[in-house]
Amino acid sequence: MTAGSSTGARHASPVRRARKIAPWVYFLIAVAAVLVLSAVRVLAGATDLTSSGTVQAALTAAVPLAMAALAGMWAERGGVVNIGLEGMMVLGTFGAGYAGYQWGPWAAVAFGLFLGVVGGLLHAVATVSFGVDHIISGVAINLLAPGAALFLSKLYFADAPGGGQKQSPRIADAPKVTVPGLSDVLGTVEGKHWFFVSDVAGVLRGLVTEVSLLTVLAALLIAGSGWVLWRTPFGLRLRSCGEAPTAAESLGVNVYRYKYLAVIASGGFAGLGGAFLAVSSGQFRDGQTGGRGFIGLAAMIFGNWRPGGLATGASLFGYTDALALRGSAAVHALLLLLGIALVVVAVVQYRSGHHVLSAVAAALGVLFGYWYFASDEVPAELVGAAPYVVTLLVLGLASQRLRPPRMAGEPYRKGQGK
Amino acid sequence: MGRFSPRSLLLGLAAPLGALAFAVLVCAAILGVTGHSPLDTVDAMVSAAQRPRTFVNSLNSATTYYLAAVAVAIGFRMKLFNIGVDGQYRLAAMLSAALAGATFMEGLPSFLRVAMTVVAAMLVGAGWAGVAALLKVTRGVSEVISTIMLNAIATYLVSYLLNPARLAEDRPGSNNVGTRPINEGGQVAGLEIPGSSSQLFGLVFLAALVGFGYWFVLARTRFGFELKATGLSESAAVASGVSVKKMVLVSMLLSGAVAGLVGMPQLLGSSYSYSLDFPPGIGFIGIAVALLGRNHPVGMALAALLWGFLDNSSNSLDVAGVPREIVGIMQGVIVLSVVVAYELVRRYRVRAEQRDVGTALGRTKTAEEASA
Repeated sequence: MTAGSSTGARHASPVRRARKIAPWVYFLIAVAAVLVLSAVRVLAGATDLTSSGTVQAALTAAVPLAMAALAGMWAERGGVVNIGLEGMMVLGTFGAGYAGYQWGPWAAVAFGLFLGVVGGLLHAVATVSFGVDHIISGVAINLLAPGAALFLSKLYFADAPGGGQKQSPRIADAPKVTVPGLSDVLGTVEGKHWFFVSDVAGVLRGLVTEVSLLTVLAALLIAGSGWVLWRTPFGLRLRSCGEAPTAAESLGVNVYRYKYLAVIASGGFAGLGGAFLAVSSGQFRDGQTGGRGFIGLAAMIFGNWRPGGLATGASLFGYTDALALRGSAAVHALLLLLGIALVVVAVVQYRSGHHVLSAVAAALGVLFGYWYFASDEVPAELVGAAPYVVTLLVLGLASQRLRPPRMAGEPYRKGQGK
Repeated sequence: MGRFSPRSLLLGLAAPLGALAFAVLVCAAILGVTGHSPLDTVDAMVSAAQRPRTFVNSLNSATTYYLAAVAVAIGFRMKLFNIGVDGQYRLAAMLSAALAGATFMEGLPSFLRVAMTVVAAMLVGAGWAGVAALLKVTRGVSEVISTIMLNAIATYLVSYLLNPARLAEDRPGSNNVGTRPINEGGQVAGLEIPGSSSQLFGLVFLAALVGFGYWFVLARTRFGFELKATGLSESAAVASGVSVKKMVLVSMLLSGAVAGLVGMPQLLGSSYSYSLDFPPGIGFIGIAVALLGRNHPVGMALAALLWGFLDNSSNSLDVAGVPREIVGIMQGVIVLSVVVAYELVRRYRVRAEQRDVGTALGRTKTAEEASA
């Protein structure tokens, strides 16, 4: 680490972080969110909204999404857009299936990671070395990976005991941990259905009961990524390749190498996401990812290309997933929640002077509220669309708050910067 | 693209052919490593190619792929990435199938029914693409992200509508669900091909027409010129008075309208109803075909034919004991290697041009030139 780069970062920080929100504000927002949730729970009679079972299911669903989002963040922070996340996740699921049924869940994770890295390397070679358009390379990987996974699955799983042409034999699940004592106490409180208190207990109980070690690992990886990218010289250099590669080049950073590392890490995280998915659902199946790579991308955008934000986005999308599994009363309550969120956005936008946007948000919020009060349930088929609709709404209504890496997706050639 | 020299022609062909050869080599290697005979595979594909039925089926697939490729290419020509062709064509095919199969349509003359179906599909496709266009123009949202989201939303919307309680009905005897079948009056008759049990889609002519229209608009109209100019240099286009926002809106709507057509040959020529087994993922094939054919109307036609042939020959691979998924791998490798090859050729061209300019500038004038 050189003194120059660290002081440079310190000088730049006050300017960039002028609008940074303090941690206690986030805490207040979280408390307010739970308050609204419990109010809606009481109003709608949807106990599943904050039950520990829902939170557990949401956590399981959120982990692969968070890994995909993390993968997207690593690549884009290094300046490479990775639409191929979905394909790399598919490779990860196959790798997990192949190693998992033979050598257990941790081998599944390791091999899924490895195949993801292979996918990432392919993307890096195409985009960094050959300068192919990032989107095109990603689309090509999304075409290639499912074909390759299916080819290999036919080859290796068709004759394996318990396997088939399109699915692997069973993979043993990763160990799960429960915080002893605390879980039971919280369970008792949750059972009382007190306003707010039981809701908090339900959420907390979901977070400390039967938590897969994979989930713990995922949380560590998210925190670790944040630390590496924002608190180390390596991370500063990597992010500089996404913001201003020519400037980084002039300071002696080997941009190609950092871009390679970023995209390879991205592939690794996507592979991990696929492996987590395969292990938690017990096997590899063809088409298992079901667009999760794209939802991960959405979670990354929702989270403003930051680890905390993308974890929030992934949890939110995992939460809708879990509610969809839990039945219609909880899902119906989602409409009201979405309506309330939109009205909040409308207020925030109005205060910052964006009156047209505010009006659009308010109108949409009222529309969702009306839908809630005018109907008894939401068709199950539509629930899955929620993450995508939310992302479009975020992009459409709050995009001035988003700040993607400035040169993500732009071609870069060494020595040809202007 | 205007001037032809032997070198530019050769370079133009080098990339796709080189990529194809590379893909064949990769697949042969994969087959060899996994204990299959590459020669048997080639043999099976060649004998499949000689069957008239494979030919007709390939042409039918190519018709669909070509329309998808044109839809993608319209965007590509002005650096717009319409990944949403996939969602646009599925939503359009579903809704227009419901319209075409509706009872009130049965009294109308055949031509009018078909025309209404096709126009409805174009409108739906354009409408769905319009959402992305609107977000881009008013809020600056990248069309790549918004169309990915719209694809997924379209999937859920279609599965919501494709329900016996709404626009679909159960198929007795199977667990398939589809829209009400279109009766004879709303169909487009296929063409009989001697020696083949399957018919050629009647709407193959529609694809040809769309291809011609694409060429004509781009090469012969002011709009096409402005579209290409915007794609090549936005600042230059703005300087010459082009409204980029308007171009984004119009070209996205056009792309969506053509995307709406993608499902039509299949719907009106063979399946007559939108059901759960309607072919998915054609939008992404369209991206591959447009890349392979370099957005050129003829190039894309050749690429679509290749793609259609590869798809339809995969059936005969199973018979030869080779996993048919090798075709998917081959297609993926072709796309990836062709984009790399085009990039390498482009760099070579730039260097060659610089060299030519260098020699031309560095050369002293001959006596005749100086006196002239």
